[in-house]
Amino acid sequence: MAPRDPAWVLASFGWTGRSQAAYALAAPAFVLMLLMLIGPLAGVIALSFTDYQLGAPAFSWIGLSNYREMFADRVFWISLKNTLTYVAIVVPGAVALGLGVALLIQSGAGLKSWYRTVYFLPVMATLIAMAIVWEFMLHPQFGLVNGLLRAAGVQGHSWLQDRGTALYSLCVIGIWQATGFNMVLFLAGLVSIPKHLYDAAEIDGAEGAWSRFRLVTWPMLGPVTLFVVAISAIRSFQVFDTVQVLTKGGPSKSSEVLIYTMYTEGFEFFRSGYGAAVTVVFLAFVLLLTLLKSALGNREVHYA
Amino acid sequence: MTPRARMLLWSAIRHIVLLAGAGVMLTPFIWMVSTASKPQTEIFSSDLHLIPYQFALWDNLLIAFVKADLWRYLLNGLIVTASIFGLQVLVALPAAYALAKLRFLGRDVLFALVVFCILIPPQATAIPVFLLLHKLGVLDTYAALVLPFTISVFGIFLMRQFFKTVPDDLIDAARMDGISEFGIVWRVMLPTAIPAVTAFGIFSVVAHWNDYFWPLIVLNSEHLQTPPLAVAHFRNNEAGTNYGPLMAAAMVIIAPLVIAFLFAQRRFIEGITLTGIK
Repeated sequence: MAPRDPAWVLASFGWTGRSQAAYALAAPAFVLMLLMLIGPLAGVIALSFTDYQLGAPAFSWIGLSNYREMFADRVFWISLKNTLTYVAIVVPGAVALGLGVALLIQSGAGLKSWYRTVYFLPVMATLIAMAIVWEFMLHPQFGLVNGLLRAAGVQGHSWLQDRGTALYSLCVIGIWQATGFNMVLFLAGLVSIPKHLYDAAEIDGAEGAWSRFRLVTWPMLGPVTLFVVAISAIRSFQVFDTVQVLTKGGPSKSSEVLIYTMYTEGFEFFRSGYGAAVTVVFLAFVLLLTLLKSALGNREVHYA
Repeated sequence: MTPRARMLLWSAIRHIVLLAGAGVMLTPFIWMVSTASKPQTEIFSSDLHLIPYQFALWDNLLIAFVKADLWRYLLNGLIVTASIFGLQVLVALPAAYALAKLRFLGRDVLFALVVFCILIPPQATAIPVFLLLHKLGVLDTYAALVLPFTISVFGIFLMRQFFKTVPDDLIDAARMDGISEFGIVWRVMLPTAIPAVTAFGIFSVVAHWNDYFWPLIVLNSEHLQTPPLAVAHFRNNEAGTNYGPLMAAAMVIIAPLVIAFLFAQRRFIEGITLTGIK
């Protein structure tokens, strides 16, 4: 039915039974969307311009004061820098490993699904429980990591208690957890590469695994890779669980990250206004990445 | 080197590298089970060994279930994830059907809103939603855990895409039979959409069973804790003294999803990587 069709016009403006039903069917979702998503999103931006504290009888509009305070705060900059460092380590690490594992799995026939299962297991397992296991593995005295190092004649280390290594230890856990997720996305990308391209490359004289990869796999996987990078970056930006349970942002703020800062300001000190300002910064980064991803997602269609 | 020899060599390299990587991936799981099976004295010793000299898994599990009251938390996890998924379906399916198959003024705007809302990261709305729940006086209840997630814009989007592929004839036939639009959603659309609903269900259950951020924010009472919160709480209480029971508790908490995953890998991988589209 074209929009000019009389029935369409009637359905649009008149209260025909069916469009009435449509409103009734969509209403709960619409109301909840306003209440739980759009309203709060507008709310967080509005809050960031107030001095509201939970439980305070009143609040006032203070313009950019929260942002001024934030940009003058050393902790905010440390937090932002740590978050960017975390993203800058986990994203290349987990994307490269995910790609490597996917290529290796796909390059042969044996144990394919077994490998896939094993590498995907960390994605499934409750992160907070596994973080606690990692904490014990990194225990300075009785941990597996230091124990193995000792056996190899290397001095152990207080990984999570040292400000020089705490953030990097969290990065390792992040990579361990994200690799399997990326692997699955790459596997899907690899399967969709038409086999005749490899045959064509072979006829054109591309011999050996490396030239097949360089001439066919990599160009065909390019859009998927960009897409995986964007998703990994978004997920890494949201790092919180491991920080909250293992380091509390310490020692001396060395593993403080944006969402953790937002959590302490907003939910431990109940400085809702200031916490909202931190959220807005986080939101800006994530939305930027999301838009980038959507742009890539649309481009991907042409290759599929 | 003959091509056959080269292939054998490559296959060997492939397995060696993948097995080594698999070893690293599995180490935390293996170490968790190993530690959960050791008595205190073996855990606090600098002598590393995988197989315990004295098998103490049952003792550690018993302590975990008694001290940490694990049944209660598993039940909380079940109640919360099931309620969230049930309500998500109840809200999302009718909306998805309306968006996919019915014509009404404002449909495109509504769909644009849905797509926009998919972009909002859950942490971004935490402070205002918390204040809203505070105003409603439902903080520290099951409602606080469930209410914010009853709307899944991603679920609406996913189901709408799926419903688009359902032939109109099927719906028209149902209308001829006198089934109401509401009835069509549940009696015609839902049965055709079982695979999509299953994938969405896995996505939703895994996300909310594993969620730590939101329960941490809205809960105070111990008896309402979800499994991730409970295991973190257990860890804080024991503060590095009782690793055996702690590892046993971690095992129990990841067990339901891991076992389900091992039985239905393909479906799980499908369901969880839906976030990729998101």
